[in-house]
Amino acid sequence: MRTPWVLVAAMALGLSACATGDLAQNKPDKSTTASAAPAPAHEQKPLPPGLDPTVDRDPFPSTYHPLPSHPTAIVGANILTATGAEIDGGVVVMVDGKIATVGPAGTPVPAGAEVIDGKGRWVTPGVIDGHSHLGVYPSPSVPSLSDGNEATDPNTAYVWAEHSVWPADPGFDRARAGGVTSLQILPGSANLFGGRSVFLKNVPSITAQGMKFPGAPYGLKMACGENPKRVYGSKGRTPSTEMGNVAGYRRAWIDAADYTRRWDDYHAKVAKGEKADPPKRDLTLDTLMGVLKGEIRIQNHCYRAYEMATMIDISHEFGFHIAAFHHTSEGYKIAPLLAKEGICMLTWADWAGFKMESLDGIEANAALAHRAGACVIIHSDDPIITQHLNQEAGIAMGAGNRIGLNITPAEAIAWITLNPAKAAGVADKTGSLEPGKMADVVLWSANPFSIYAKADKVFVDGALTYDRRDPRFQPRSDFELGQPGEGAFQ
Amino acid sequence: MSRALLLSLLLGAAPLAASAETVIITNAKIETAGPAGEIASGVVVIKDGKIAAIGANLATPAGARVIDAHGQVLSPGIVAASTSLGVEEVEGVASTHDEAAGPEIGAAFDIAYGVNPASTLIPIAREAGVTRAVVTPVPGRGGGDRDEEIDIAAQTAGGPEHKSPGASLFEGQAAVIRTASGDTDPVLKSRIGMVVDFGETGARTAGSRGAEITLLKAAFDNVRRYQKNRAVFDKGAEIPSHLSREDLEALIPVVEGRTPLLVRVHRAADIRLILRLAREEKLKLILEGCEEGWMVASDLAAAGVPVLIDTEADLPDSFETLGSRLDNAARLQAAGVLVAIEGSRDFNNVRQARFNAGTAVANGLSYQAALAAVTINPAKIWGFGDRTGSIEVGKDADLVLWSGDPFETSTYPVAVFVAGQQQPQDARILKLRDRYAKPSPDGYPREYH
Repeated sequence: MRTPWVLVAAMALGLSACATGDLAQNKPDKSTTASAAPAPAHEQKPLPPGLDPTVDRDPFPSTYHPLPSHPTAIVGANILTATGAEIDGGVVVMVDGKIATVGPAGTPVPAGAEVIDGKGRWVTPGVIDGHSHLGVYPSPSVPSLSDGNEATDPNTAYVWAEHSVWPADPGFDRARAGGVTSLQILPGSANLFGGRSVFLKNVPSITAQGMKFPGAPYGLKMACGENPKRVYGSKGRTPSTEMGNVAGYRRAWIDAADYTRRWDDYHAKVAKGEKADPPKRDLTLDTLMGVLKGEIRIQNHCYRAYEMATMIDISHEFGFHIAAFHHTSEGYKIAPLLAKEGICMLTWADWAGFKMESLDGIEANAALAHRAGACVIIHSDDPIITQHLNQEAGIAMGAGNRIGLNITPAEAIAWITLNPAKAAGVADKTGSLEPGKMADVVLWSANPFSIYAKADKVFVDGALTYDRRDPRFQPRSDFELGQPGEGAFQ
Repeated sequence: MSRALLLSLLLGAAPLAASAETVIITNAKIETAGPAGEIASGVVVIKDGKIAAIGANLATPAGARVIDAHGQVLSPGIVAASTSLGVEEVEGVASTHDEAAGPEIGAAFDIAYGVNPASTLIPIAREAGVTRAVVTPVPGRGGGDRDEEIDIAAQTAGGPEHKSPGASLFEGQAAVIRTASGDTDPVLKSRIGMVVDFGETGARTAGSRGAEITLLKAAFDNVRRYQKNRAVFDKGAEIPSHLSREDLEALIPVVEGRTPLLVRVHRAADIRLILRLAREEKLKLILEGCEEGWMVASDLAAAGVPVLIDTEADLPDSFETLGSRLDNAARLQAAGVLVAIEGSRDFNNVRQARFNAGTAVANGLSYQAALAAVTINPAKIWGFGDRTGSIEVGKDADLVLWSGDPFETSTYPVAVFVAGQQQPQDARILKLRDRYAKPSPDGYPREYH
């Protein structure tokens, strides 16, 4: 729902009128709140909400509602909480869409709760894919549905991935059957600034808004390396080199700082009751300003160590924080730096060598970086791998244990749950089995890192969204109805 | 170049110097993929590059090196059924691509000439237990893929090459290579199969599926006419054909049913169409892709046509793969089809083959069938099942000793033997790993170490 115009004034007065709950970016920032200062000397007509970027920062609000659920307990399974614990034969209780309790055998189950026998099976938090193009590069892969790269300008921070998401993408159903309960959908990497990402709950929906994870911050996709310089260099434009890439980032941040200052000046004047001309709103710079204000998180496609080091310097130069580097084939070379900077690294288990910037990818990348203290994430960037992130994490863990790093399942599970939640800024809400968090939970047929493991049941906000043995809980997208196979894939 | 010399170059890849070493592997859980099935605890003797003996408890031959397997799994080496191994080093660097015919040639394209024994991907393949790999030509990689990297590449110069409209429908001829270290000529045999892409990819060249069938039938007809009367062709008289003499020659063993025709085909109707074409033209078929194969499993079984499949393929990622299912392998096997499981062709990732076998097991295929699908089945399908693919006396000692279940994510090869020679585990990615696994001991950059 769009914020009604009348509500804008209420928001400007700092009233709690936010219809969409706890969306951080929906709250007016301090300068706007300051405009509620008593008795302005100069009565200024408020701008229409579409012309002041600080007023309505959630113009396409989530309409997600959890599916119906009832109190449920999984009893007797091996539990990986993603906070470092493994509980053999424990109990997980879900009530009202939240994790109610997690404990050892004998932990009480509330009266009336459905009890699922988890004996011999495993329970983990729902898998989170921190790098997905489902919906924006959907199946079937045909040009009329390929909407992931607005490859028309090196800076398209003005586009938002959610506007390209085709919710009927059958890939969402496949990913759910692989235990994926949330995903970050990103624009592609053709541009230096590719646009905003969107964080989704993996539930069937007619609209993208119906999948939007309530309260999740936006991300800004940036891209290092070969792709931007190749796309624009081949068009005879800048960037055509790595140094052109870096110049492009810096010029944009200079513009963003100037834009931010102009809006801050404007709001300060309005607050003091002085006459002020509003700057012209700019959708590109809105997004960059959101980064500078700490509201939008940088998700940076960047394979190589030297490029990451440069991006970190740029973040210091202009005063923002990079939430995560994606792909990071060379993360293991600079893991201590990533750990020091508090930047997560997303990578694959064994995809490497497909282009020059991924040539030095190794299977022990994640494990070595994890041991060096970095926040490590196994991601997919692919509609097949997203269905096997548990096994990808198993391959990455195995590569580490082959050289004696002794990484346990209790540690490695965070690579596909809590850590991607951290990188996306939702770790306070999901990603681990802790009381009060969203009951995004997977019951696996076996140790989830095994090649033979299958997701038996997948819960999102405590609601059963997928059941391997019950066709009633195997949703099929509109696209697949009436087609060969009818959307049944296992 | 004399015909004899040419043939010796094509076919006469010198065998690896027979290993003088005799090795006995004891106390192994042996997965033979052969008639002996699984041997819970056994011994294998390797002599002169061959498997000399298998048993529950054999005496150690004089001078043999003993490897105690400590109960670990010994399997046949994995046979990668259709790859770009050795003919594509870096996907994003077009100058390293030798897996496509280009605009001037079709059926006559022999991929074996481009195999690079120094490819860094060959030691990586060994790390996945691959001891033999079939190298198959592909069309110049084009757009239309969902993958974001490919989407970008398609927009830019220097990206994937597209076949010119006049190009042949035939991608060219496959070869089989061995992954032994230091082998200057890893090609065991070239021209082991002819490759055609049908369906959407083929239609991009031919114009449509119907056009492709007509053109294929015309091509086979021309080959037969040429074969009957080469002299007419030599005089420049009419054999109306868009195929060159070299292409016509290359297709003779195909129309004679001696060399298999590998057809990449996906939807059920297309599979039926290709089966019919093969019946009418008396061709020997191998099918690759076959995502909707489960829908026509009984037709495939009745025709005795084997398939090469990717067991992770479950997406309706094109209009010819709408019926993709994870239990395709299990259903095809149950119907009596000979199934080989492939790794991912993306990025030449043959490493995926053993994991794909495990995925097939998770989706209903028996363990023994999955093992066969990455070893003896592809060897049989490509015509060298008498030499490798299973642990049987007299076969090449292509063996892998694994740290655990070969399909498991946590497992790695402890020892890899190709033709009886234990291979170095010196892949570039392992060297990089070892360089960065420890801090520099003396403050000098790691490049010094």
